[in-house]
Amino acid sequence: MTAKQKILYFLYLHRTGLTVTLLSTAIFCWPLVTSNPYTLGLTNLIALHVVVVLGLNLFIGYAGQISLGHAAFYGLGAYGSAIATVNFGINPWLAMLLVAFLVALVALVIGIPVLRLAGHYLAMATLGLNFVLHTILLQWDEVTGGPSGFYGIPYLAIGDFEFYDEFRLHYLLWGFALLSLLLCLNLVRSGVGRGLAALAGDETAAAALGVNTRNAKIKVFVLSAVLASLAGSLFAHTYSFVSPDSFNIFVSTDMVIMVVIGGMGSIWGSLLGAALITMLPEWMDLFETYKDFVHGGILVLVLMFLPQGLVTGLFDLVRTRLALRRGQDAAA
Amino acid sequence: MLRLENVSKNFGGLPALSDVSFDIPQGKLTALIGPNGAGKSTLINCMTGVLQTTSGRIRFRDIQIETLPPHQIARLGIARTFQNLKLFPRLTVLDNVLTGLTCEGGKSLVMAMFRLPYLRHRERSLKLRALEALDRFGLADKANWPAGVLAYGDKKRVELARATVGKPELILLDEPVAGLNAEETAAVGEQLNLLRRAGHTMLLVEHDMELVMTIADRVVVLDSGRCIAMGSPEEVRRNPLVLEAYLGRTEAVA
Ligand SMILES: Nc1ncnc2c1ncn2[C@@H]1O[C@H](COP(=O)(O)OP(=O)(O)OP(=O)(O)O)[C@@H](O)[C@H]1O
Ligand SMILES: [Mg+2]
Repeated sequence: MTAKQKILYFLYLHRTGLTVTLLSTAIFCWPLVTSNPYTLGLTNLIALHVVVVLGLNLFIGYAGQISLGHAAFYGLGAYGSAIATVNFGINPWLAMLLVAFLVALVALVIGIPVLRLAGHYLAMATLGLNFVLHTILLQWDEVTGGPSGFYGIPYLAIGDFEFYDEFRLHYLLWGFALLSLLLCLNLVRSGVGRGLAALAGDETAAAALGVNTRNAKIKVFVLSAVLASLAGSLFAHTYSFVSPDSFNIFVSTDMVIMVVIGGMGSIWGSLLGAALITMLPEWMDLFETYKDFVHGGILVLVLMFLPQGLVTGLFDLVRTRLALRRGQDAAA
Repeated sequence: MLRLENVSKNFGGLPALSDVSFDIPQGKLTALIGPNGAGKSTLINCMTGVLQTTSGRIRFRDIQIETLPPHQIARLGIARTFQNLKLFPRLTVLDNVLTGLTCEGGKSLVMAMFRLPYLRHRERSLKLRALEALDRFGLADKANWPAGVLAYGDKKRVELARATVGKPELILLDEPVAGLNAEETAAVGEQLNLLRRAGHTMLLVEHDMELVMTIADRVVVLDSGRCIAMGSPEEVRRNPLVLEAYLGRTEAVA
């Protein structure tokens, strides 16, 4: 091997670790590049979306199912934390865990009966859950504050160190996002992850290899709900205010769009999808007004031309080309 | 090792298998032959839990398996290949073979997320075994290719590698050499021979009579869902019922 080949091989071998390190460094330095609170606020929102989208992407990309109501779990996390900390005075960190646990139970109650059926009943069930939750948030105003929202949620703190401004929140939220990213990367690169990839590829074949397909789908669903709930709790403590419209079905579909843009089953794609769709309205004013049309249009286009999603689809194209070229070179 | 007792399977009232009974003895290669539509693939699907039998019993060692779900049957040590390939085209060749070791890769989602050292260690040894299996089938140089771009013959061999890498107790092969050229067929036959000599128990569904007659210890003949003959390759070759089943079909075609 020449020195160049050695270096390339080293980079290839450690590509995941290197990318994570680079990304972490860039994110760590980001507040030094811009101290504009508005910009930091936006990137913080991306971090929240990343956490939700990672889970949803595992579910769509690996369990081969769609949840059209993930904002419900996001909202349960947010309102759960709000109510637990303000009404019951529970420590925010503890509340976050308790709420995530309860959301896991909700996901189990929905997932166990619905995911044993073949077909896409889960899309319906989660959509229904989202509707019901949104209505409850609006109507039950003694507890939820109704349409005007829930105020006065405490900031998260470590000792006396409170996460209240965009700068501090940046490190908190991106810390969470990177941790989730790392855990998800570990998962898909493990033996369990391969079982899930098999499940996404062909259920009969996966079962013949020993994958308990039903349980696997339920587990990934619960995992995705827990991630959404944690992101919701963070949301509540970040803005110290929550209102029902942050968790309606349009938010759910936006999450699905982020997954599709990033690419089904692509962990890195989740990051990109979340960033792109969160930033789009900022880059072009027109998008603000016609947001739902634009999002819908993007969704249709990507699914028509790259059914695996944008990033995954392009990646697959390149990889296939390379392999074929290598094959031809070897034959020649 | 595996015993079928009066297994029947109907598809919407039409019988695809009727009263099939035979044994797959330990350490032997049993061939299952029969004309198109005889019910061979259906039988494998019943043995692996993909299809539910209409009646009859299937016993693997001392365990009744006809009511078990597919993944539990797989975990007992029964592996299979599919007649119309079921590879995972987006995974690399190596990962495809590694899915054959799913049962050993750990089950806990949470453990996997934290990538504990014992898992990393296990992962490395699994990878080595998968590479060995690929090497046996002459595919080691394509380990990092996406499986979807391979030529048909290579895909067939990846599926074989995947089915055999976990050293299952019983391997069910549904037409492993269909569509392969003579050279590739000979190579696969050689591999099957090696596996048999290593003590694996196999059921081989195949139309390639030359292969069947040279490597099978026993042959079972299925015709229209019925077991019409069984015995050594020699006995079966001379059996008038078998000749009729095959010749009858040839005449109908001609
Ligand atoms: N899922 C199904 N639904 C209805 N009929 C089926 C189904 N699967 C198989 N059959 C029928 O059962 C019969 C046996 O089919 P099977 O695929 O087991 O044959 P085979 O022996 O494997 O044939 P081949 O050599 O062509 O692979 C055929 O008549 C087929 O049409
Ligand atoms: Mg068949």
